[in-house]
Amino acid sequence: MLATSRTFEANARAGLANDNLQRALGLMRTGFPQRRRLAVERLPEFEALREIGKSIKDHTLEHLDFYLELYEANVLASGGRVHWARTPDEARAAVLEICRSVDAKIVTKGKSMIAEEVGLNEYLEENGIIPVETDLGEYIIQLRHEPPSHLIAPAIHLMKEQVAETFRAEHRSLDPGRSLAEARQLCDEARAVLRPQFLAADVGITGANFLVAETGSSIIVTNEGNGDLTQTLPRVHIVMASLEKLVPTLEDAATLLRLLARSATGQEFSSYTTVSTGPRQPEDIDGPEQYHVVLLDNGRSALLGGEFQDMLRCIRCSACMNHCPVYAAVGGHAYGWVYSGPMGAVLTPSLIGVAEAGHLPNASTFCGQCESVCPVKIPLPKMMRHWREREFAEKLNPPIHRAGLGLWVWVARRPALYHALVELASRAVGWAGRGRGRFRAVPMAAGWTAARDMPAPEGRSFHSLWAEQHGGGIGR
Amino acid sequence: MRVALFVTCLVDFFRPTVGFAAVKLLEEAGCTVEVPRAQTCCGQPAYNSGDRADAKAIALQVLDAFEGYEHVVAPSGSCAGMLRRHYSELFADDPAVLPRAQRLAERSWELVSFLVDICGMQAVAARWERRVTYHDGCSGLRELGVKNQPRRLLASVDGLSLRELPGAEVCCGFGGTFCIKYPDISDKMVSDKEADIAATGAEAVLAGDLGCLLNIAGKLHRRGRRVEVRHVAEVLAGMTGDVPPIGVAR
Repeated sequence: MLATSRTFEANARAGLANDNLQRALGLMRTGFPQRRRLAVERLPEFEALREIGKSIKDHTLEHLDFYLELYEANVLASGGRVHWARTPDEARAAVLEICRSVDAKIVTKGKSMIAEEVGLNEYLEENGIIPVETDLGEYIIQLRHEPPSHLIAPAIHLMKEQVAETFRAEHRSLDPGRSLAEARQLCDEARAVLRPQFLAADVGITGANFLVAETGSSIIVTNEGNGDLTQTLPRVHIVMASLEKLVPTLEDAATLLRLLARSATGQEFSSYTTVSTGPRQPEDIDGPEQYHVVLLDNGRSALLGGEFQDMLRCIRCSACMNHCPVYAAVGGHAYGWVYSGPMGAVLTPSLIGVAEAGHLPNASTFCGQCESVCPVKIPLPKMMRHWREREFAEKLNPPIHRAGLGLWVWVARRPALYHALVELASRAVGWAGRGRGRFRAVPMAAGWTAARDMPAPEGRSFHSLWAEQHGGGIGR
Repeated sequence: MRVALFVTCLVDFFRPTVGFAAVKLLEEAGCTVEVPRAQTCCGQPAYNSGDRADAKAIALQVLDAFEGYEHVVAPSGSCAGMLRRHYSELFADDPAVLPRAQRLAERSWELVSFLVDICGMQAVAARWERRVTYHDGCSGLRELGVKNQPRRLLASVDGLSLRELPGAEVCCGFGGTFCIKYPDISDKMVSDKEADIAATGAEAVLAGDLGCLLNIAGKLHRRGRRVEVRHVAEVLAGMTGDVPPIGVAR
């Protein structure tokens, strides 16, 4: 997928000016956080589970080489195959080769962020294969040629009226007079359109919420059941996943599943949780003839052992973005690539470079909501700060910011000078603002005063007043 | 108890009354208050801009200035959070300084939580007849656990009634340099906050951080709202008569 993270500021302004998006985000702002809070309140051991979830992922990452090899051995033992992909190119090529080997014309897809990351749909289309998204949200944005704006609700940027409009434009064989006013009607229509595709598909591609080393299994959770139809009906099932999806045991996966749905949607459990192990066995009544896993690295292994390793604990629940006031203001598309919100602000620079995605870790107030709700306790603000440190060290941030900061530091390290200047400024600015007590425009802070007043200072600095009352000059 | 006041750069420049209110409250709680003159700022602007070297230099200056006090108290959750939670991270790879940073962290407090949790203050002798609402500053809330302490002391203010603010724990969009770097996003966040405050019907909004308060006051004024904006310390110290609300002329 082509990134537009570099133009984050313009993307954000477009998002702020988009009324439909703002209405959709307004609904989300109360929905997800409220549901998560209620789910957490119903589970007294939730906080303890977070600590266990964190330690499961930390342990796996510390021994990732071991578990990857164990996983591959168990996939092979169950009759499947693992395709190691260092880059998006290699991942796409592996998928295409499998599709070509069975002469696939139609490929159904369950939700996969890795498929988004490698730009799979465009690639398959270029090669004459029709990809059909089967997750309702993914299906909608596929029709609209848009990228997902959220980890688990890819079309959350849209209102249902816009979806109805899209369906009318794309489902041209249906009665133009039909009603599409209710969400239920939209669901039913998508279901009716997708059903024959499930049956016609030669290959089904899903993502994975977890890969289990001890059994070689992949696990997906969905609320629509589309994933199950995608992975059991076609002859070939391809799982696309990145290597940090690994957990050692089914028991570990079960622990993380208890965190996942509660953190994501506030459900105790998703409607469908499906474990796939290899292709159809002789005693199975259904299932694919072939089972492939395309395992993508794309820069993740380079994060191991470094200051961003903790990011690989992420289980893609979306709690961080659901609780992020910046995400809630601008929406997911502003972030300019596959991942958005706080997890995207940390992960995206790791995957496509901080020169491209440098804005993302800066566009945060460090309010800490994301870290406080993360089910695996990823210190997201701390890692955003690490990216800022990289940018500062590599002089990637704007010269005007650097110059302003440099000047401020120079003064702040000279207390006597600092106190004199603060007193001078306080008197001068306080005098200028004495009439109204605030300013409507401040040249140095034009961004602030464009839509806010700037309160005026009282007119004397605390330290000067204190020194007058208590004697003593500069120093202790 | 010998307590050093960390004034904070925003209080020093914008609103010295908050500093004097802090001193008054600390003295009422039985503390002897001193104000080290060698302090300037906690270093957050550098730290949060990725300028670790300068953040360390300023932190060292703070360590020197506040050496030897029993406690260090700031009328700000943000600055207190920096001292308490981030200095030890800043010096994590510097074994010569780390123990000093950790000692300072253990002794550093946000004002209102210090009064309640450490000094055991249960009530204040202030009077203010207002319906107020309260915004929880992010660092105080999530880094230091400041939530009930200001509410408990406000409940003892004669004539004051508190209406909880929906979304009180959601960031106001100040974020230090964030509001300068991303003013449009910051404005959207404070606009939501302003609407929430207005919906409570409160006559005044209080918080424990001047950064949030300047931002919120600026938005309320631009929208023509007549909601008073004040630091919680002014109210608790009974000093609302000493200075007009934030953004209002004398």
